[in-house]
Amino acid sequence: MTNWSVILNIAKTHLLTKMKSTVTASLGVTFGIGAYITLVSFMTGLNQMLDDLILNQTPHIHLYNEIEPSEDQPVSLYKDLEGAFNVVHSVKPKQSQRKIHNAIPILNYLKKDQGVRGATPQMRTQIFYLSGSIELGGNLTGVDIMEEVRISNFRDYIVSGSPEALRNLENGILLGAGLAKKMSLDIGDRVQVSTVDGGIFPLKIVGIYQSGIADIDNIQSYANLKTVQRISGEAQNYITDINVKLHDISHAPSMAQKLGNQFGIKATDINTANAQFETGSNIRNLITYAVSITLLIVAGFGIYNILNMLIYEKMNDIAILKATGFSGRDVQLIFMSQAIIIGLVGGFLGLLIGFGLSVFIDQLPFNTEALPTITTYPVNMQFRYYMIGILFALLSTFVAGYLPSNKAKKIDPVRIIRGN
Amino acid sequence: MDCVLEARHIDKHFRKPVDFHVLKDISFSVKQGEFASIMGKSGCGKSTLLYILSTMDTDYTGELFINGELITGRSHQTLSRVRNEHIGFVFQFHYLLSEFSVLENVMLPAKKLGARTHREIEMDAREKLEMLNIGYLAEKRASRISGGEKQRVAIARALINNPTILMGDEPTGNLDSYNADNVLQIFKRLKEEQGLSLLVVTHDIDFAKSTDRIIEMEDGRIIKS
Repeated sequence: MTNWSVILNIAKTHLLTKMKSTVTASLGVTFGIGAYITLVSFMTGLNQMLDDLILNQTPHIHLYNEIEPSEDQPVSLYKDLEGAFNVVHSVKPKQSQRKIHNAIPILNYLKKDQGVRGATPQMRTQIFYLSGSIELGGNLTGVDIMEEVRISNFRDYIVSGSPEALRNLENGILLGAGLAKKMSLDIGDRVQVSTVDGGIFPLKIVGIYQSGIADIDNIQSYANLKTVQRISGEAQNYITDINVKLHDISHAPSMAQKLGNQFGIKATDINTANAQFETGSNIRNLITYAVSITLLIVAGFGIYNILNMLIYEKMNDIAILKATGFSGRDVQLIFMSQAIIIGLVGGFLGLLIGFGLSVFIDQLPFNTEALPTITTYPVNMQFRYYMIGILFALLSTFVAGYLPSNKAKKIDPVRIIRGN
Repeated sequence: MDCVLEARHIDKHFRKPVDFHVLKDISFSVKQGEFASIMGKSGCGKSTLLYILSTMDTDYTGELFINGELITGRSHQTLSRVRNEHIGFVFQFHYLLSEFSVLENVMLPAKKLGARTHREIEMDAREKLEMLNIGYLAEKRASRISGGEKQRVAIARALINNPTILMGDEPTGNLDSYNADNVLQIFKRLKEEQGLSLLVVTHDIDFAKSTDRIIEMEDGRIIKS
């Protein structure tokens, strides 16, 4: 049976009469929490942007035929030499075709799967871009453009022109931005491409593609699947890659393994392909939290100091409270509630300041050649961070308040009263 | 039995810095409506005894009864409650909470007890201040009033829960003779008008002489009571 209104009233009076210390202590928390919110929003925003830069161009599952040597060389199948130490020199890749066998039925199968958001066929081929007497090596990928736009943010990377234009024009091409610059070409111009076999085909530029990664933009272009198949002289079922997007990215590894076994082709999932990005994000998050926690610990020491001083100043008050019937627990609660009030007020202000700074950073212009879709600094605002922030504030003030208040609890009133 | 306070064979040692037997086999009682004073030289243990009787000091052997109830060995939580409800305490130095108003200081123990509503407590507190002729101070801050006034406020606070017994540790020790006399008259009036029991430790022989009973101590023993 604790009389909260009395305890809170005493705590409030202490805090109000010591306005300066209260404000200092609260500002410590405010600063810590504000910095945490700003840092975490900005850092995760950057993380997400960098991840998106790579991951959005990477399918959740990528199906293709890998050119690789057979795992079992003929000698290992020969029973008489079993257990012997065999050395095979000059191992060559297995003779196989680059196209996916039965690609169309596989596509149909994938499109019926509940967990699949979309599956797109692609045909990747090596070509030369001809500019006068100069030949530039590069890749041309045949895509089902509207399907690509539906399941990925492909549209964001078309910096001029539109995917619809490519769909409408059979001989269209989305030229890589680096290539366009090198060859001084723009929308409406024609570019000649030559296949490895030697055939030359003119294509009309309907758009410029810029991924933000220079190495890709210098070689990569996109055209309609049928066009690429025709240029290469292949049939309409010649598909070299299938990209799969899932509804839930976490199913990618298991699904990739299943598909690989089922169709006897290479299937890589996004996690395997981009493990290093995950590592980078984790380390950046770690730094964010380390900095925030350090700030809060500093704020916590501030609160600890101020409460400690307050308790020394209030020795007489504590003795008198105890003599008139307040228990040690009541006295502890008085000082604990002061710490918690400082934490709540400081923390809440910190959230506001963090929010304000996040909004401000979100407005700052951020233009870079590499990222055509980004115009302002990326900020990731999530309610979760604000919850963590206020919990942090309460936790640190609780710990900082506990030790001094415990001391106040144990103060022996007789010693204080006699001491005077 | 109408003993409000009874001590049986109380012994106490100070263990630091050296073992010192400060109270030796103290037994006495205070009756309902009695105004008793404890006298003795400095260091004879009278204040120590008072802190034991007030339940604040629990480091002793022997038995202590308040209102016929055994207090020795109870938990700190219970002792706080007993102090809150049954004991009013007045110190040599005023000991008010300086950041609170006079009225809030007086009301605090009653608010802690929580037996009455805020309005009732406030009415009662104003009544008590009025009775001690300091009603006009109610709204002032405790740090802004004079020493004699502070002591009267402390008495009002000690009375707010209508305690069984009022204890004083040199309540007039820090006051000039006019204010000291004033406090004495207040104590006497409380005893006569309300039948309050009082137990006061004092140096002041004149003060002691005007009480019902003088308990004299020397070297940790009661030599006359």
